[in-house]
Amino acid sequence: MTFGELGSTLAFAALAFLSVIIAAKAHTPEYAFHAYLFAAASAAATFTIINRYYDRPAALPPLTINGKPNYNMGPVKIATIASVVWGIAGFTIGLLIALQLAFPALNLDTAWLSFGRMRPLHTSAVIFAFGGNVLIASSFYVVQRTCRARMVGDIAPWFVVLGYNFFIVIAGTGYLLGITQGKEYAEPEWYADLWLTVVWVAYFLVFLGTVIRRKEPHIYVANWFYLAFILTIAVLHLGNNASIPVSIFSPKSYIVWAGVQDAMVQWWYGHNAVGFFLTAGFLAIMYYFIPKRAERPVYSYRLSIIHFWALIFMYIWAGPHHLHYTALPDWAQTLGMVFSVMLWMPSWGGMINGLMTLSGAWDKLRTDPVLRLMVVSVAFYGMATFEGPLMSVKAVNSLSHYTDWTIGHVHSGALGWVGYVSFGAIYCLVPWLWNKKELYSLKAVSWHFWISTLGIVLYITSMWVAGILQGLMWRAYTSLGFLEYSFIETVEAMHPFYIIRALGGALFVAGSLIMAWNVWKTIVSAEAVEEEPSVRLKSVLMAAE
Amino acid sequence: MSLWSRHKIFETNSIILIIGVLFVIAIGGLVEIVPLFYLKSTIEKVDGVRPYTPLELAGRNIYVREGCYNCHSQMVRPLRDEVERYGHYSLAAESMYDRPFQWGSKRTGPDLARVGNKYSDDWHRDHLNDPRAVVPGSIMPSYPWLEAKELDARGVADDMKVQAILGAPYSPEMIARAETDVRIQSNADDPNVADLTKRYPNAQARNFDNNPRKVTEADALIAYLQMLGTQVDFKLYDNKANVR
Repeated sequence: MTFGELGSTLAFAALAFLSVIIAAKAHTPEYAFHAYLFAAASAAATFTIINRYYDRPAALPPLTINGKPNYNMGPVKIATIASVVWGIAGFTIGLLIALQLAFPALNLDTAWLSFGRMRPLHTSAVIFAFGGNVLIASSFYVVQRTCRARMVGDIAPWFVVLGYNFFIVIAGTGYLLGITQGKEYAEPEWYADLWLTVVWVAYFLVFLGTVIRRKEPHIYVANWFYLAFILTIAVLHLGNNASIPVSIFSPKSYIVWAGVQDAMVQWWYGHNAVGFFLTAGFLAIMYYFIPKRAERPVYSYRLSIIHFWALIFMYIWAGPHHLHYTALPDWAQTLGMVFSVMLWMPSWGGMINGLMTLSGAWDKLRTDPVLRLMVVSVAFYGMATFEGPLMSVKAVNSLSHYTDWTIGHVHSGALGWVGYVSFGAIYCLVPWLWNKKELYSLKAVSWHFWISTLGIVLYITSMWVAGILQGLMWRAYTSLGFLEYSFIETVEAMHPFYIIRALGGALFVAGSLIMAWNVWKTIVSAEAVEEEPSVRLKSVLMAAE
Repeated sequence: MSLWSRHKIFETNSIILIIGVLFVIAIGGLVEIVPLFYLKSTIEKVDGVRPYTPLELAGRNIYVREGCYNCHSQMVRPLRDEVERYGHYSLAAESMYDRPFQWGSKRTGPDLARVGNKYSDDWHRDHLNDPRAVVPGSIMPSYPWLEAKELDARGVADDMKVQAILGAPYSPEMIARAETDVRIQSNADDPNVADLTKRYPNAQARNFDNNPRKVTEADALIAYLQMLGTQVDFKLYDNKANVR
């Protein structure tokens, strides 16, 4: 038995034991349920590792075979499939809560189905479950390929993928059962946070170890972005979730920050979850998959250097634009606004670098719907990163804040940018991972593209109108100087737009179902390629430097 | 050697790249967060602001549990229409005991920072049971289980203990009496109400859900809602006292 096998067997056995004790003494049945889940998962992990030890060959897999790196793609495959499954789940829950806002009867008077519990489930499912699995899958793939080295670790990569998805299960079931910290995008309670910290440290070590093992002298630009994403998310996670549990037998904890300090820490975290999870990580995807799919080098090496450092420096400052006109001091709000406006430039630096990578290959947009998905995603990135600075200006924000305009803005980034670049990456990864020449159906990709684009357009236009309308109604005065509308009138005015939005969401879900079918058919199709087609592309990527 | 080639050190050395990233991301956060623990405007003490009573705290935890912050803000901005619609703009001090803060980011429903004492207890109970019974156009979910479910107050002393560690001024006496205080506050006729208001000035004690047989989650939540934004007397508040 290797040191890693022995250590993780003991650790999981200990965790299983501890979990059973906690389950027995838990203060609430919900927490006991989670403790039993931990116990079952730890016991399964212990069993699997021991079983694997008996079944595996005596020697661990070699680092190279015939001088070529022996890549470890098993965990990447699982994370890729998980991202498709979570994506559909997350989009569908989004559709449900969109319909709940149009038709409140759909809350069904049931605690776990009510909007307040389902909405965090939606945001976590799309950001952390769908987005997170895309990031883990793509980063493990890209880091091995660009470093020409097998991933570090034997059990560790599996622990990262499975442990992360276990975190998702704990977080998601927790929301439904009413276990939440009540901090947006950081709802999981202390024990889930603790578990995620362990998984994230393993993720960081596997990624860094593979970078250190690289056969290339330079670290490829995509890996800078992945590294910045992994590191910064760790810092944000620890800072924003600093809390004291009421008891080890209770799911409840209290955050160490209070009031205005908690607000600032929360949006320092919240905005940089956007900046690093949903931007830096997905820019890394852009920097690998677009050049590779287009078979063109990255447009500008120097631009990538400038916009990388500028982006990660400025993003951190932008958090206070979520707190305009609140009890946060004015100077902090102004700093947040100024940096948010400046952030427009490095954001567009990334967009330009992505789009211009197609120079000389624009014709491929006509024939390759996968590339089209990714290029349109970069265009959405450009649009959302223009809209964001606009909305961070205090005068604009006084109108847009608290309205559905924000929801529309988030979704042009989430559906358009993060969604499309993820779909592009999944469509690239599946044939590569399962050794197929191409996807089962490019035509289905085209259908996916057009259906979901229509969905996004319906979504964001309806939310623009709804948000601006609601903001204007809130501040409307009659000629006699009275507020013109009661609050409920502004709610009723949203109804048609909520229906249009739900229609847009339904189209987006439909598109993702087409993707799932296409991915499935690609995986089970018989035709396989004998040799990976990436040697030529590899030289293209490196020509960028 | 051009400046661009100097960047090579980051591209060829992963540890230096990590140090560079950590350094760059540390600056903004430190500049924006650290001063908030020292500035007068963010740590001001305002007369009337007190920590939550055990019943209010339990109610607040229900507010958090049900995810009310997803649709309701608790932050009145100093804008003409908001001050007229909701009341005086919110002060930092008014959320100084809020862990977590619940300022929110979306107003699918109205702001609740000053909802306290604006509606009757009965209105709140009916509204939580079936929002459309009192506001026909409402899109809020119904929360009928709150009224049915007895409040589990066993943990509230532990909650207060942790809050005390974090700086909330709960005395050992307050913590020891937490469970009794829950019962006292949910009964206007309890002989110890005066005692309770000594510990928690201006605490409102009565049966909030009109069901004296048991203390329910609706009691706790309504007790919390009815105190929101009522602690500071703005007739006496001196907004120049903390000008920086």
